[in-house]
Amino acid sequence: MIAIIDYKAGNLKSVERALEELGFPCRITQRTEEISHCERIVFPGVGAAGKAMADLRQLGLDRVLKEAFEAQKPILGICLGAQIILERSEENKTLCLGIIRGEVKLFPHPLFSEEKERLKIPHMGWNGIHLRKKHPVMEGITPSDEFYFVHAYYPRPSSDKRVIGTTDYGIVFPSVIGHRNLIAMQFHPEKSGVAGLRILKNFCTWDGRHAE
Amino acid sequence: MLSKRIIPCLDVRDGKTTKGIKFKGNVDIGDPVEMARFYYEEGADEIVFYDITASSDRRDIMIDVVNRVAEEIFIPFSVGGGIRTLEDMRRVLLAGAEKVSVNTAAVQNPDIIADGARAFGSQCIVLGMDVKKVPVSEKIPSGYEIVIHGGRTHMDIDALAWAKGAEDQGAGEICLNSIDADGSQQGYEMALTALICENVNIPVIASGGAGNINHLYDVLTRGKADAALVASIVHYGTYTIRQIKDELHTRGVKVRMLW
Repeated sequence: MIAIIDYKAGNLKSVERALEELGFPCRITQRTEEISHCERIVFPGVGAAGKAMADLRQLGLDRVLKEAFEAQKPILGICLGAQIILERSEENKTLCLGIIRGEVKLFPHPLFSEEKERLKIPHMGWNGIHLRKKHPVMEGITPSDEFYFVHAYYPRPSSDKRVIGTTDYGIVFPSVIGHRNLIAMQFHPEKSGVAGLRILKNFCTWDGRHAE
Repeated sequence: MLSKRIIPCLDVRDGKTTKGIKFKGNVDIGDPVEMARFYYEEGADEIVFYDITASSDRRDIMIDVVNRVAEEIFIPFSVGGGIRTLEDMRRVLLAGAEKVSVNTAAVQNPDIIADGARAFGSQCIVLGMDVKKVPVSEKIPSGYEIVIHGGRTHMDIDALAWAKGAEDQGAGEICLNSIDADGSQQGYEMALTALICENVNIPVIASGGAGNINHLYDVLTRGKADAALVASIVHYGTYTIRQIKDELHTRGVKVRMLW
């Protein structure tokens, strides 16, 4: 069973439907005991970091996530779930989970493309990723695949070793990060068509191990 | 870099798709769920559903459509038409839509934008604008006015000021529909699109007037639109999404290619 963590942060049904489409049993839950017994965890999220962290703490899920990480369970962070695994966020000046060292930054403003066109914030729409290293969850993803992003903040791990893939939007920012049994992506794989489903499928069969 | 999005728009009435020409003489062309799946597989980047069901007691049909669409497609989709309250928004979002769009409701009650953004996040809230070209006046300095009821009712609101105001209120995106161009297949309203795109910091979807790929090319380049809505030219089989994207790609527009 896969736990999709429910902490009042956005629509979780789309993640659930994508996993069901792929044939993996999953459950949207905020019960700490149920999450502890699941074999793997999806940690999604849409919204602001401050409220998300407050809700996680109130539900006792901050502790559950850290324990699952220590217990080597495969964990997939999505969007806000790829941000608040870092130590702190510029959004609402929030102290976060600290599973990966580093911080969450707001896109610089104003932001320009290489062609000197003004870029809008949030970064919303389809963009590619440049994989810096191999990872079992990113198996089969090619440079021409694109993914759906909606965000104004981005994760910036302290160590480049935690960066699995980057995306170009005025700046080059880490869009896929990971450490041990945790992998997290700024885009929405559940809304990224066939390429996104591929990532979800890879995650659902990943043993949580890879060479860092 | 971001790709320009190609977004098929499906008008839905009583659970069936239609395509209106200048909002008159709608004809049924199919099942919205099947059509959504078809465009998803063809490479559409997003899908817009516009509910034109007349009676409010039949709105539940649309919620059922949204639920079924969400099981079939794994790209974002939005729902507009008949959304007047936060509760309407909540139902559509919970059924699986990524975004909701408000048009007439925002004109009649502008607070719904800020309220919706606070409750669900700006990324969910699309402002739909129906716009008509009018003589420049003190009240309408841009020469583009907000209209409702398919263009029959002029609202005395300047389109540019309205767009900027909606951005300040927390709208996450604008779907800009030219009533003059809608259904004409003579091309998007270029001056209007460029004017709005250059003056707001949120993405703008151009709507109304696509008749050939050249029109799409123009609005995504000179028109500065982030995305283009297509209806008749794909529904009636003039082009496939793939043909549109192939041609745009050949001409140097960055689009998401599935092939």
